[in-house]
Amino acid sequence: MPTSDTGTTRRSGATTSGRRQPTMAQREARTGLMLISPTVVIILAIVLVPLAWSVLIAFQRIRLINVARTGLFENLTLANFATVLGSDALWDSLLTTLVYTAGSTLLAIFLGLVAALALRRPFFGRSFVRAAMLIPYVAPVVAVTFVWKILLNPEFGIVNSWGRQLFGWDDPVAFLTQASGEISLFGLDIPVPTALLTVIAFEGWRYFPFAFLFILARLQAVPATLEEAAVIDGATPSQRFRHILLPQLMPIIAVLVVLRTIWTFNEFDDIFLLTGGVAGTEVVSIRVYELLQVQRNVGAAAAQSVLMAAVLIILLGAYLWLLRRRGEETQ
Amino acid sequence: MSTVDSPAAGRPPAAVARRPWSRDRVERLIFGVLRWVAIAFFLLATLLPFYYMVLLSVRPIEDLLLRPDSLLVDFSELTFSTYAEALRPVTDAGQGFLTFLGNSAVVASLSVVIALAVAIPGAYAVSRLSFFGRRQVSVLFLLVYLFPSIVLAIPLFVLLTQMQLRGSLIGLVLVYIAQTVPVAVYMLRNYFETIPVAVEEAALVDGLNRLGVIRRISLPLAVPSIMATAVFVFMVAWNEFLFALLFLVERRDRWTVSLGLAQLSGSIEVPTTVLMAGSVVITVPIVLLFFFTERLLSEGLTSGADKG
Repeated sequence: MPTSDTGTTRRSGATTSGRRQPTMAQREARTGLMLISPTVVIILAIVLVPLAWSVLIAFQRIRLINVARTGLFENLTLANFATVLGSDALWDSLLTTLVYTAGSTLLAIFLGLVAALALRRPFFGRSFVRAAMLIPYVAPVVAVTFVWKILLNPEFGIVNSWGRQLFGWDDPVAFLTQASGEISLFGLDIPVPTALLTVIAFEGWRYFPFAFLFILARLQAVPATLEEAAVIDGATPSQRFRHILLPQLMPIIAVLVVLRTIWTFNEFDDIFLLTGGVAGTEVVSIRVYELLQVQRNVGAAAAQSVLMAAVLIILLGAYLWLLRRRGEETQ
Repeated sequence: MSTVDSPAAGRPPAAVARRPWSRDRVERLIFGVLRWVAIAFFLLATLLPFYYMVLLSVRPIEDLLLRPDSLLVDFSELTFSTYAEALRPVTDAGQGFLTFLGNSAVVASLSVVIALAVAIPGAYAVSRLSFFGRRQVSVLFLLVYLFPSIVLAIPLFVLLTQMQLRGSLIGLVLVYIAQTVPVAVYMLRNYFETIPVAVEEAALVDGLNRLGVIRRISLPLAVPSIMATAVFVFMVAWNEFLFALLFLVERRDRWTVSLGLAQLSGSIEVPTTVLMAGSVVITVPIVLLFFFTERLLSEGLTSGADKG
């Protein structure tokens, strides 16, 4: 049994004959395996095996109609990848996904940072404000997307009716169904992807609490002496932020960038519920869903999702490699 | 931004402050004001949509179409019939949100109980016992936590179709358990690690075995963390949408709150104000639960963040 070996050597190295009377380390190892096994079994059965199977499905000719009859290794083909890679829409949607991911991630972390800095020092009602700011993150996504849809509705949404009254908009803006609009700035008409920007704004609103929570926790752990010393040295607030706080916050911000990038890249619910993927917001996960439910082509959907995971892994690998190289340079 | 332009060595900081419009003073003033602007902005931005949600749920639909810009409710027009319609079953000319609430409560509670039953021993093992593969298990959990659920959705969809489990709540519960267990283990493990080993060793010396130690010593000490984890799992299960959509969409009587609201808001027959009432009904339980456990939950999730 491999467990007893590692267990004993790691503990003391003093191995007694473990056959009749198991040592304490051996018993611990056995208990540990026993206690962890339900977790591992569930994750194997519901996550890892399906993931492997997903890769297999990506190489099968399999549609929703024949899904019940297709065997595990039947109808192997590369056609799914040909379908997915041959589609023009793929590259558009990949670009949309990248813009959406980068925009949402940066916006959410920026807002979270500002909020954390504003709430850093105690004031009356701070715990209330702090709790209130977490509501967008905990409320059901379906409910908040619905409210946003009504808020932004061109006919009776309050944003448009206020926009027309206060800012003199000529026409209501169809925030969620218009692929591109124009903003007049200093007489210039700048084209903007309206729906995509709206969705990014929503992501910033919904996920800044997550960044806020982590950055605030880290801010409050920064030793006060660091800043006191800087104050005595005459550093102004912006200098203290730039040279004292920001370096302290960088590690957690880097982690947040990774987490938010992963989650936004895979995000399905928010866009599906807000726009349904129309008007230039068709991200890759929406395409996967459409291949599965509308075109009912299970194999192509799996191929698309596998490709999506591959792109994500490459992106993250590049990011982590960059981080490590920068870390080595500064040392 | 420039480098630190430190004052001449030896000059006391008071001298800097006495200069009438030093950079320091201007910045302090600006950031002091900006801080309150930011707090007001964030409060408005987070609360206004929820206020709007409640507001629209108690206004008659005709009034909304007539005066879309109003942020106040006319007390003479105040109505709660929207709530009645949202909650009533379909057979009684309602939208059946009560059924959705029931389904979600069942799914979420089952997920919480099973996820905790699985995660507590797992977390204890990872934090306290050395066994073969302990470190690999942690990495595995992290990967699961980060993996795209849409990639997972396809094989599970196929599997449930083959097993004819689509339309049953059991499949959903299994998915939620698998999705929450890794985080639950992480949250609980952090807490178990704060319990002094000496306490447990004393109990071991006194003759308890490991399981006895867990039951009599560690579990009672970890109650706050277990509560926080339970709330977390409950919230995930209550709010989840994609898997509910894939597994349950054909069976209206099995819809969860998220799926119910999403499906009904897609149809034009249901008045917006009724759907707003539905939104309030599904949001309130989760927000209340969150407010009661906010401290615990934030600490459980961010513990470790303050270690840099």
